[in-house]
Amino acid sequence: MSETTTGAGAPAREPVRAPARDSARDDASPGVPPAAHPVRLTVNGEAHDLAVDPRATLLDTLRERLRLTGAKKGCEHGSCGACTVLVDGRRVVSCLALAVACDGREVTTIEGLAAGGRLHPLQQAFLDADAFQCGYCTPGQIMSGVGLMAEGRARDDASLRDELSGNLCRCGAYPNILAALRRTTGIEPAPDATRGDDRLRAAAGVDEIARDARDGAGQGGA
Amino acid sequence: MNIRHDPDDASPDGGEPLRHVRKPLPHDSARRHVQGAADYIDDVREPQGTLQVAIGMSPKARGTIRGLDLAAVRAHPGVVRVLTAADIPGANDVSPAMGDDPMFATDRVSFHGQALFAVLAETRDAARRAAAKAVVEIAEERPSVTVEDALAREEAVLPDYGFGRGEVEPALVGAPHRLEGSLRIGGQEHFYLEGQAALATPGEEGDVHVLSSTQHPTEVQHVIARVLGLPDAFVTCEVRRMGGGFGGKESQATQWAAIAALGAHLTKRPCKVRLDRDDDFALTGKRHDFRCDWRVGFDGEGAIAGFAVTHNARCGYSADLSQGVVDRTMFHTDNSYYFPAVRIDTRRLLTNTVSNTAFRGFGGPQGMLMIEHVMDRIAWATGRDPLDVRYANLYRPGRDVTPYGQTVEETDTLRAIVETLERTSGYRTRRAAIAAFNGRSKTLKKGISLTPVKFGISFTLMHLNQAGALVHVYQDGSVHLNHGGTEMGQGLYQKIAQVVAEEFGIAIERVRITATSTGKVPNTAPTAASSGTDLNGMAARIAAGKIKARMAARAAARFGVAAEEVTFRDDRVFAGNESLPFGELAKDCVLHRVHLSEAGFYKTPTISWDRAAAKGRPFLYFAFGAACSEVLVDTLTGEYKVTRVDILHDVGRSINPAIDIGQIEGGFVQGMGWLTTEELVYDAETGRLRTHAPSTYKIPVASDVPEDFRVALFPNANREETIYRSKAVGEPPIMLANSVFCALADAVHALDPGKPVPLDAPATPEAVLRACQALRGRPLPERAIG
Ligand code: FES
Ligand code: FES
Repeated sequence: MSETTTGAGAPAREPVRAPARDSARDDASPGVPPAAHPVRLTVNGEAHDLAVDPRATLLDTLRERLRLTGAKKGCEHGSCGACTVLVDGRRVVSCLALAVACDGREVTTIEGLAAGGRLHPLQQAFLDADAFQCGYCTPGQIMSGVGLMAEGRARDDASLRDELSGNLCRCGAYPNILAALRRTTGIEPAPDATRGDDRLRAAAGVDEIARDARDGAGQGGA
Repeated sequence: MNIRHDPDDASPDGGEPLRHVRKPLPHDSARRHVQGAADYIDDVREPQGTLQVAIGMSPKARGTIRGLDLAAVRAHPGVVRVLTAADIPGANDVSPAMGDDPMFATDRVSFHGQALFAVLAETRDAARRAAAKAVVEIAEERPSVTVEDALAREEAVLPDYGFGRGEVEPALVGAPHRLEGSLRIGGQEHFYLEGQAALATPGEEGDVHVLSSTQHPTEVQHVIARVLGLPDAFVTCEVRRMGGGFGGKESQATQWAAIAALGAHLTKRPCKVRLDRDDDFALTGKRHDFRCDWRVGFDGEGAIAGFAVTHNARCGYSADLSQGVVDRTMFHTDNSYYFPAVRIDTRRLLTNTVSNTAFRGFGGPQGMLMIEHVMDRIAWATGRDPLDVRYANLYRPGRDVTPYGQTVEETDTLRAIVETLERTSGYRTRRAAIAAFNGRSKTLKKGISLTPVKFGISFTLMHLNQAGALVHVYQDGSVHLNHGGTEMGQGLYQKIAQVVAEEFGIAIERVRITATSTGKVPNTAPTAASSGTDLNGMAARIAAGKIKARMAARAAARFGVAAEEVTFRDDRVFAGNESLPFGELAKDCVLHRVHLSEAGFYKTPTISWDRAAAKGRPFLYFAFGAACSEVLVDTLTGEYKVTRVDILHDVGRSINPAIDIGQIEGGFVQGMGWLTTEELVYDAETGRLRTHAPSTYKIPVASDVPEDFRVALFPNANREETIYRSKAVGEPPIMLANSVFCALADAVHALDPGKPVPLDAPATPEAVLRACQALRGRPLPERAIG
């Protein structure tokens, strides 16, 4: 028997909305790109007039055409959040958005968040709370956080957990990511200056347990 | 803290408090990460003319290749070249050691999705479209997919291996109580958020430079040289950072880097491989899944008299790192418990699935989960509290020798951690409250479990316990730091920079951290086995220390004091009553022809392991920890929540408590994913992986993190002379999550305390529901896929 390889197409995928991927599996497709479409994208306040393949995603356009590589590719399926940017102020997974669909709209990426050399408060909070390990998910987490704050969805810890659950962090930095969000949104007060930031508080916890271990040695157990 | 009484907290020159070490400094790239300015390989600007690579994959899991027609692939617009095994000038072998991993399959295919060829094209889109046009003819055979398939065929990737102590059969027979059972433990996909990636650039005369997202640049270098038939010195591998590794880029980043290098070698153009997420799932190995068949004999207190287990490991189609991984399962079958008589056997089974590989914990988690399950089984059989059964078996003086002959020297630490956590978590009070709740509540049941962790630190392959570092001091007093360890988010680069800044008594900003490169530090071990800081920290301190000694000698000569009287602190160098800025001394050294560069080398002392005799001291020390988890289960649906987790963990004296706590929290969350929601499903007939994207494979998200999550470091100092008396932290926290699995079983057990809970890992809601229904005497039908 003979059949085609699964290369570049892998088996039985979920339908995705980005035609670039669907047509990649379409054997009938000639492989010749369709005619380019003119679009105007305003990215981080700067207007760009581009001619784009109508199948090009916003993510590829940002990364490959505009050299804005802050938004990452984690899955290209719309299910990891690493590519999150804001379009007209709302969160969008840019791997599923088409560049042509963003014609005339305002796009904000992680590169456009700091203003006048000052970090956005959420960027600063991520720094203070040590809210990352490998950092690959971080731009998406921050853009998602900025978006959900703007959308008025940061009401309490539970709503933050729900709203952020589209942004995967394989390093499991969630406790600190949530802490950064809680503080920026005022759900939790910023850490007491006398105790220092989160990282110092972590060190303080050592002393508390040290005392406990000393005082209680030999009391527990069977 | 009184530093005079604690030499571990004094500066290298003595007498001063530490300036950088022990401080919760942020990750080295923190500011870049929050601005999207930290480049991963896919973010690096591609050289002009870079070709994009797509992999052609096998549509069958097992069989003989009858034909591979690539004419349509080659004819596709934009395709520049197609690579097959025939194009390889050297060996068609990308394996770490055993020679059983071809770059491209030739006559046989061994798993669904195996690489058959690669397409180089002007664009990624063209490469992927073209790859789909190959016509492959395979005489298909039924694949071995499960442990049972492999056992029936008697196919293994490596010989069986076992060790033990004492007479197990008499101990089992003579014990007052006996149990036996079988626990299945699922695998785990790494799902590093940055997928596998490599960018190879050709140089002169066959030189190739490759950026690879790898934990093991040395192996990438060596394998590329092997594939291209070149001396190692022609190949340089470099990595600045990875977007996660977790073991998945220890041996299995190599193939993609080697394919990129082959493409670059043949076309003289840069070539880039970045695996699509679904392809990454299909093409790269995972945590080993196991069936553990065990027998135990014990007394009325639950103290074990004899224990025997056979670990049947699904290794996939090739050996890869299965020798070390499954050996580590054996080394951790005891976890924290003493077995008077014990036998541990293993089978390393060949299946027609992707080759399973390193994953944070490296086999240890499976051994430890199995014995925690046995502790629960003993508790259910004796009616004792599971924690008391654990205490009855915990290593203690006199009962402190592991099944492989190494003595556990820190039994006091182990016991202190468990006892302290018992108290600080309120285990006994909550246990009583949970019993009361479960008595009242018919459908919702709560469960709680407190489990210890003991994890051996060192590579069990002895020669890997070595490291190198390269330090330069420039004439302005800035420092170039390089070492063999790689940065994958674990904070290694920052910890080593702290060590070097401390050694020179300078601000950490003076230390420039540079990308790991085989051109700077050769013949390195992978960044793995949690050993990155232990090994590279020592090597870097040795290098810095040697430069410092030469600088001190120069200062001594200049100011007419003894070299021992020269001290380095606050960015200055003090000699008698004189002092000068560090940078000025550096300049002075250059003018006086003092060498300001050094390569440091370190090898772990005292360890040994004779595998044939099963004797030795494979680990320099153990890292300890314990976790107490509480869960709430809906026994009618199997859905559950982890409501509270308390962790107490031993990192020795932390070099950076913020980084260490992040490792503990993150490791726990990742371990929890392995044991709860992360389920790999292979099609039993075709061997195809059905769960190959985040849409079908669920890793933990923010809402899965326990609402009440308390993590603390246990105050301890490494008794071995490790770097600043710290302990390794990368892997041990994974196994803190065993408490979640045991707590879920505990909750289900409340449905009928007379019966054991038939729960395997992962305890997905579906699996929990099955266990609930089994306890109710209404078992659900078997699932058709496995
Ligand atoms: S890359 Fe867009 S959601 Fe994963
Ligand atoms: S920090 Fe690594 S994925 Fe979030």
